[in-house]
Amino acid sequence: MMDPLMPPPVRRIVVDRKPYVAPPAPPPNGASGASPASGARAARASRGPAAHVRERMSLESVWLAYGENWVVRDVSLPVRQGEVLAMIGASGSGKTTLLRSLNRLTEITDGAARSGSITLDGQDIHALEVNDLRRRVSMVFQQPNPFPMSIFDNVAYALAERPKSGRRRRRTRELESAVNDALRRAGLYDEVAGDLDRSALKLSGGQQQRLCIARALAAEPEVLLLDEPCSALDPISTAIIEELIVGLRESVAIVIVTHNLQQAFRVADHVAFMHLGELIEYGPSEQVFDRPVEQRTRDYVGGAFG
Amino acid sequence: MAGAALSPGAPPAPVRPLRESTSSWPILDRVGYWLSWATGIGLCLIAAAIVLYMGIKGLSYLRLSLFVTSPAPSLHQTQSGGFSDPIIGTLTVTAIGTLIAAPLGVGLAVWFSEYGRPTWLARAIESALEMLAGVPSVVLAIFGLLIFAQGFLSFLSQRAATGGVLGQSFVNAGIVMSALALPLVFASTRESLAQLPDRTREASYALGKTRATTIRRVLLPSIRPGMASGIVLGMGRIIGDTAIITILLGATLKNEPVGGTPVLGALRGTGSTLTSYVFNNSPAGEGNSHEKAYAAAFVLLLLVLLLNALVTRLTEGGPMGRASGAQRLRMVLLQYLPWK
Amino acid sequence: MLGALAVLVLVLIGAMVVTVLIKAWPSFAHNGLRWFGPGGEVDAQTRAMREGTALPGHSIYYFRAWPLIWGTLVTTVLAVLAALIVSTLAAIFITEFAPARMRRAIEPVIRLLAGVPSVVYGLLGILLIAPWINENLISNPRKQSVIYVVQLNGANLTTGTLILMVMITPIMVAITTNALASVPSSWQEGSAALGVNRWRTIWRVSLRTARPAIAAATVLATARALGEAVMLAMVSGGSAFSANPLDGLTFLYEPVRPLAAEILQESEGLTIGALSHTLYAIGAVLLVSATFLSLAGWAAKQPLKRYGIRA
Repeated sequence: MMDPLMPPPVRRIVVDRKPYVAPPAPPPNGASGASPASGARAARASRGPAAHVRERMSLESVWLAYGENWVVRDVSLPVRQGEVLAMIGASGSGKTTLLRSLNRLTEITDGAARSGSITLDGQDIHALEVNDLRRRVSMVFQQPNPFPMSIFDNVAYALAERPKSGRRRRRTRELESAVNDALRRAGLYDEVAGDLDRSALKLSGGQQQRLCIARALAAEPEVLLLDEPCSALDPISTAIIEELIVGLRESVAIVIVTHNLQQAFRVADHVAFMHLGELIEYGPSEQVFDRPVEQRTRDYVGGAFG
Repeated sequence: MAGAALSPGAPPAPVRPLRESTSSWPILDRVGYWLSWATGIGLCLIAAAIVLYMGIKGLSYLRLSLFVTSPAPSLHQTQSGGFSDPIIGTLTVTAIGTLIAAPLGVGLAVWFSEYGRPTWLARAIESALEMLAGVPSVVLAIFGLLIFAQGFLSFLSQRAATGGVLGQSFVNAGIVMSALALPLVFASTRESLAQLPDRTREASYALGKTRATTIRRVLLPSIRPGMASGIVLGMGRIIGDTAIITILLGATLKNEPVGGTPVLGALRGTGSTLTSYVFNNSPAGEGNSHEKAYAAAFVLLLLVLLLNALVTRLTEGGPMGRASGAQRLRMVLLQYLPWK
Repeated sequence: MLGALAVLVLVLIGAMVVTVLIKAWPSFAHNGLRWFGPGGEVDAQTRAMREGTALPGHSIYYFRAWPLIWGTLVTTVLAVLAALIVSTLAAIFITEFAPARMRRAIEPVIRLLAGVPSVVYGLLGILLIAPWINENLISNPRKQSVIYVVQLNGANLTTGTLILMVMITPIMVAITTNALASVPSSWQEGSAALGVNRWRTIWRVSLRTARPAIAAATVLATARALGEAVMLAMVSGGSAFSANPLDGLTFLYEPVRPLAAEILQESEGLTIGALSHTLYAIGAVLLVSATFLSLAGWAAKQPLKRYGIRA
C-alpha cells in the first residue's frame, strides 16, 4: 500500500533507438482503377477455358421477396457446367438470396415468396422433391460448419442418409470409396488420410471448409453453390480453395458468391453483377472487369462503392 | 444475355412456398413426425384434463363454509367440518420455511458469487446444495425427526405421555421444509448474480464503494426478479410437500396447540396442512371422504397455478428484460428435483 | 460472516448423512448383506417389529428388503424409460415442428405438470385411474388366479408407473428442449442444404449434440422418481409385494411398494425400536442412491461444456 504523503513515482519513457519508418508503397500497376491488379491477372492467365460447357440450370425472370420486400428483381441467368459463375455486388444486392433460391434454401425462412422459373436440366426445381434437389445442387456456406462427428461421418453424411431402395443406412465399407473420392476432389485427402475417425472439429479453418466442400461433393451433385466460402479463411487456404474450384468446374457447375473482386476475377469464367436486387450486367469475366458496359458496373468494379 | 441489363417491370404475383412437406419422407421418418406431434398434443391434453377434472370435482364440492370451518370428526364425513385448520397449517409451514430459506439461500448465493473464498468451501457448498436438492423429502423428514426427538429440543415440540420428545410440530416441519426450498433459492439467486455483467460491479467499486455496500445497494436490487422467483419456487415446493408433513406434523385433523401461549403454543403444536388433509381424506388415509379431498386438492392446485403465474409475472419485466418462455421453463424446472 | 454460514450449512448437511447412517446401522448389523435380499414378506416383518414379537426363528431386527428394492427398480426404470421416449419426442415437437403459437402455449403446460403436488397426482390416481384400471383392465379370472397370493386391484405397478412417468416427464422435456434449441443453426442449415430431411437432421445431428443433456435429464428424473413417496404410497399397492414378471401380463397389475413409499407407510414406527432402525436403514439406502445420482448427474453435465450448452 502506498503512503499517501509520498509523491507518486516518476516513470520515464526511454527512447534508445530510431523509430522504424516503413518505406512508401510502390504505385499499383495498370493505373486505371477499373481492372484488377496484376497478380490476379497473372493467376488467371495460367489457366485456360474448360473443355466443354453445357447448361445445367436456367433462371428466368426470377423474383424473390422476404415479406413485403422484393430482394431479387427479375433476374435471368444460365448456370453452366464447365464454367464458374461468380455473382458479385455490394451487400444487400440480393446475390446470396438468389444463390439460396437455387437449392430452395429460401424456403426455410418463413415469409419467403418467389416468382419466375428456375430449372435444373429442364425440370422446374419446385416440381422436384426438395431433398432430391438439394442432393443434386449442393451448397457450401460462408462459415465452415462441419458436424460434430468424425471426418468420415461428415463426408459420408449425405450418402448415408440417402434412402436408397429399401436399405436405410448404407454400410461403412461401401461408403469408404465414395468418401475417399470426395476427399481427393476437395484436396483434403492427403492431409487426413491417416485418421478419418478424428473429430472434424479439430481441423483448422481452411481444412474444415475443404471438408465441407468434400461433404457437398460426396453426393456427386450436378451444381455446387458456394456462398463466400473463403471470407473466413486465411490467404493460403483461400488460394488452395480457389485452385480447387477451378479444378472442379469440369465436373460440376459452380456458382460462387463473393464480395472480393480479385477473387471473382481469379476464379470466374462468367460474372453477374447485381445491385439492389437487379441484375445489372452479366458476361464473361474479362469483359465485365475490363470493358463493363453499364456505368454502375464500372463504378463498382473500380471501387467507387462497396 | 451478355452485356445489357434487363430493366425489371412490375413485380408479378408472388408464390409463397410452403414448408417442407413430409409426404415425401420415408415411412419411418413420417412415423417419427406424427409421434412427436402426438406427444406434444398429448401432454397438453393431459394437463388440460387434470385441470378440468380437478376443477369440476373441486368446484362441485367446494363451499365457502369449508374455508372457515375447522375439521370435525363425525360419522357423516361429507357434511362435517371444513379445512380452515389445514389452510392455516399450510400458511404457517410455508411462512416458517420461507423465512428461513430465503435469507439463508440469498446469503449463501451472495457469498458464493461475490466472495467465494476459500475455493474448496465454495465448491463444497455448491455440491452439498446440489446433493441436498436431490435428497428425497422423506429422508429429510426422518433426519429431522431424529434431531428434533432429542431431549434438548423438546421446547420445539412437546413431550409424549411416555416422556419421550414427540418431535412433531409446526416449527419442526417448517425448519425441515426450509431445506426443500434452500437449493432453489440458492440456485436462482446465484444464476441471477452470474448474469449480471461485471461492469455493474466494476462501476460501483470504481466509485469507491465497499463490496458489502455494492451487494446491498446495487446487486441485490438488480436481481430482485430472479431472487423473488427463486423464493416463489421454493414456496411452491413447500406447499406441495406431504412427506415432511406426515412425519413431522403428525396426522391430526385439527391444529392442536401446546401449552398456553397463543402463537408459540400453536407453533409447538401439531396440526395438518392442505396436503396431509387431502392425503388423510383420500382412501389412502383414514378419512374416506373424497369430496373434501377433491375440494382441498382443488384449492392446492389453484395455489400452485397462482404461484406459477406469479413466477411468470416476475420474470417478464424487470432489468433482466423479457425472459423468454424457454428460459423461464429452464429456470423453473432445472431446480425441480425430488420432492415428497 | 457469510463464510461461517456456509460452513454451518455444510456441517448440517454432513450431520444429516452421518446421523441417518448411525441410526440405520443396527438394522444392517443384524441382517448383514442379506438385508438387501429376499426372504419372507416385508409386511409380516414390519408387523412383527411393531408388535414387538419377533418372527419365529429370527431376531426382531429380521428384515429382507428385496421386495421393496425390486418395486423401486421396476417402477423407476419403467417410468424413466417411458419418460425418456415421451420427453424426447415432446422436445423435438416443441423445438422443430410446433407452430409458434403452440410453442408459446406449451411452456406453461409443462410448468403446470411439473408443479402439480404429488398428493394431487395421488388423489387422481386413487380416485380416478385406479378404479378405471380395476374395472376395465383386470378381469375377474385374473384376480382369481392369484387370489391366494395377493389381491389385485387398481393400486398396482401400472398405475404407479404411469403417474410417475407423467410426473417426471416435464423435467426431462425442459432440459431436452433447452439442449435442442442450443444446437447451432448452422448445422441444421448445413444438413438441410445436403438434402437430408428435418427428421433425420434432428436424429443425426441435433439429438447427438444433445445427448449429454439428455443423459443429465435422465439422471435428474431418476432421482426424482426414486424419491417419490406420497403418490406411490397412494397408488402403487396395498402390500409390499414382489411383483413377479414370470406371471406374464398379471405382472403389470400386481401391487408393489417402492422404498420411499414404505417409509411413509410405516411412518408411525419411526420412533419404535427395531422398526425405526429398519426405516432409517431404508432411508440410508435412499440417501446413498441420491448421492450417487448426484455424482452421476455432475458427470453427465461435463460434456455439455464442450459445446457451450448450459444446462
